[in-house]
Amino acid sequence: MSDHVVPVRVYLIIFFTLMVLTALTVRVAFTDLGPMNNVIMLGIAITKATLVVLYFMHVRYSDRLTWILVSTGFVFVVLMVLITMSDPLSRGWLGTPGS
Amino acid sequence: MSERVGTVAHAHAHHFDDAEQQHSASTLGMWLFVVQEILFFGGLFTVYTVYRSAYAEPFAHASHHLDVTLGMINTAVLIASSLTMALAVHAAQVGRRAGQVGYLLLTILLGSVFLVIKTIEYGHKFHEGFFPGPNFRYPGDEAKAAEIFFSLYFAMTGLHALHMVIGIAILAVLVVMALRGRFGASYYTPVEVTGLYWHFVDIVWIFLFPLLYLIGRH
Repeated sequence: MSDHVVPVRVYLIIFFTLMVLTALTVRVAFTDLGPMNNVIMLGIAITKATLVVLYFMHVRYSDRLTWILVSTGFVFVVLMVLITMSDPLSRGWLGTPGS
Repeated sequence: MSERVGTVAHAHAHHFDDAEQQHSASTLGMWLFVVQEILFFGGLFTVYTVYRSAYAEPFAHASHHLDVTLGMINTAVLIASSLTMALAVHAAQVGRRAGQVGYLLLTILLGSVFLVIKTIEYGHKFHEGFFPGPNFRYPGDEAKAAEIFFSLYFAMTGLHALHMVIGIAILAVLVVMALRGRFGASYYTPVEVTGLYWHFVDIVWIFLFPLLYLIGRH
């Protein structure tokens, strides 16, 4: 359980990592990498969110029930976006009937 | 069973085996709420994805009207507030009352700085005519799509800011509780679950910053 006392040193390391990743994402935004821009920026955001969840929110030190609950939340957001996007992204595939 | 915490004795409710189980149930319950919040904001991120895929170019151009410097400063301020929040939980766990009060106040201060900067940004956008509605003004021929971008900008950052206002109010209550010596090594649940909420709000911003401020900058 989260009775585990996380050392202050760990919090500071996570804090500095988050700051460096923020600077990195801004640096990437102003560099033209084509479609990779979105991929890298989203990757950095997911990395930052994961660090916050695991260390600041103590999930790394929590029981398995918490792990399942937290993953479920994020998995369902991904499902919501993917299933919704399957419609607009596939609309042009079959053409418009009658034209 | 009851345990001494600071100057206050703390007992667990009768339907729990012990204080440890009660603490587990509280954090799990808070996580359930946070997961619901993730899905709530997830709905807005879904709308964003649909419209950005439909209007990629206009969204990138509209994003240029946001202030990256202020957005970046606010990201740093919010991450710093997450650190002070985590340190407040730490201070509660080890029973350092001065640390609890100090770090909670620092978290409130950083949260307020974020909101002040956000208010300044909103002021600029209102002044430039970027608030969606009958008075929306936008240069060029992409006004319709840009209005959708700014609708999402105000809806998402506005809801995020509302969460911060609520968070600051809860933190203020925690400061009073900490001053009264309510938290210690065997009871710090309110600080812990407020921390979960505060860090969640930080996570929302971690995604809002690149998705709103940083698209099509190169």
